[in-house]
Amino acid sequence: MNKFYHILKTLFLFSWSLFVVFPFLWALTTSFKDANAITSGATYIPWVDYEPSTQGWTSLFTTGSQGINIVGPFIDSAAVTLIASLVSLLLGTLAAYGLSRFEYRLGFVKNADITFFFISQRIMPPIVLAIPFFLMLKELGALDTIFGLVLVYVALLLPIAVWVMTDFFAGIPKELDEMAMTDGCSPIGAFFRVILPNSVPGLVVAGMFCLIFGWNDFFFAFTLTFTETQLLPVSIVSLNSSVTPWWSLSAFALISVAPLACVAVIVERYMSRGTMSGAIR
Amino acid sequence: MTPTSTFGVNTMLSSKHFFLLPALLTLIAIIVFPLLFTIRVSFSSWDVFQSGLDYIGGKNYGRVLEDERFWQSLGRLSLLSSISVCLQYTLGFALALAVWKQVRGGRVLRVLFLIPMMTTPVVMSVIWRTVFHESLGPANDILGMFGFGAVPWLSSATGAFISVLIVEVWQWTPFMFLLLLAGLVSLPREPYLAAAIDGAGTLRTFWQVTFPLMAPITIGALIIRLIEASKIMDTVYVLTSGGPGTATETSSYYIYIRGLRDFQIGYSAALSLVYLVIMIVSLTVIAKLLLRLLVGKVG
Repeated sequence: MNKFYHILKTLFLFSWSLFVVFPFLWALTTSFKDANAITSGATYIPWVDYEPSTQGWTSLFTTGSQGINIVGPFIDSAAVTLIASLVSLLLGTLAAYGLSRFEYRLGFVKNADITFFFISQRIMPPIVLAIPFFLMLKELGALDTIFGLVLVYVALLLPIAVWVMTDFFAGIPKELDEMAMTDGCSPIGAFFRVILPNSVPGLVVAGMFCLIFGWNDFFFAFTLTFTETQLLPVSIVSLNSSVTPWWSLSAFALISVAPLACVAVIVERYMSRGTMSGAIR
Repeated sequence: MTPTSTFGVNTMLSSKHFFLLPALLTLIAIIVFPLLFTIRVSFSSWDVFQSGLDYIGGKNYGRVLEDERFWQSLGRLSLLSSISVCLQYTLGFALALAVWKQVRGGRVLRVLFLIPMMTTPVVMSVIWRTVFHESLGPANDILGMFGFGAVPWLSSATGAFISVLIVEVWQWTPFMFLLLLAGLVSLPREPYLAAAIDGAGTLRTFWQVTFPLMAPITIGALIIRLIEASKIMDTVYVLTSGGPGTATETSSYYIYIRGLRDFQIGYSAALSLVYLVIMIVSLTVIAKLLLRLLVGKVG
């Protein structure tokens, strides 16, 4: 019976791993093909099945009509994601700390309701906000700019930061703040000098989720930017609609998912240490 | 335990607001105002011909009620999200259980299993589209090696639906895996010792110990995924553009077409609000049901 389980488990893990890596391997091999190799049907192994070419990769770094420039979108994507994540993390951490340490009251609205208000924003389908965002940014002259996107992404990411950090602060004993305050720190000083340095694991988890959701968003970038600012997901989709140069498309895709694939390593480290579980409940 | 003793009430009050207000005001400015604006727009006839906020009463809402294409998209969305979330949950739980105890290469597998959720859905959809290409893609090529005929992945209604499902499962099973494994790692040991002393087998231990202990995380994970799945549109846009016909058109995508392509601003605002309300109501009901079903079983 146990042996049967073991074989079943190994088989399951093996086939799932295969399923997970398949699109990446396919993209990798496709990125080294040329038009001939693609139109002759699905092939897999370079040198055996087809003669590899590097035009898929070189075209990404040449400008002009022949090339597809990936550098600009990459910088824009990185700028928007990083700035929005940092702002959300800062505001979110402050709010989460406040909600976990002080009592707020506005009529019948209490702490739990405010926390719920923050988190419940995740339910909001992007499409509901798309039109007002469009008009709002147009009014501000911020359409098609990095600033405009950052503004929108902060709204998107703030709930995540508040959510993760509220749970994290609930796990930090209040005695820590009190000790700092009896030592003469103001509440704000206590937060920055004592609490924040002790919150690195929570900040990493929250920051990571912000990065993931920011970097991977397509819809807002798609509806709120046109030519001046272009993020990676939008540029790859516009590539997709043209003649479909599969080789550049694949190379482009691999470059744009690479940074976050590295984040998976960090996530795993925190998860196996059990830091993640607090962030989830 | 109020530390007010060392500081005046005023300092406490002002620092209290220093923490909360920036985030609260930001969120209100960026989300609540646009939402209120959407509500106002939904009572106007704003479209390509007439831009501006006139007032036409509930006409748009009447039109929503009769819009068959919208209700069909909603049905399709429920089907798609419930099937995909169930599959993600089952597979994610199975994977988490499989790598929970020490396995050879466990850490590498964990990292590998997490990677799909870190990748951009539209970017991967672009790759999946080439995978599902009927004559040049590997999906049909591999099926052919096993003697199966070509499957019309993206050009038939069922094929397109299954393609979207496959991509969703590929992308988001890792999320379930992450939450459930994190839950498994933090489970207490005592119940397992007790079960072992009772001589419970693997299956019985799972159903009587692991599953009940995991109930709260199960509920959380299912709800989070249902919320995210109910917004699905990126994948559909790239993979099938809602087609063939309207076979894979989800609500978000339909509203997008009406609003930002046909530019029927007023009508799409009404559609999106109806959609939002339906989402909130049905997710609340589902959450309540899950709570009763899973936690009721424990207590």
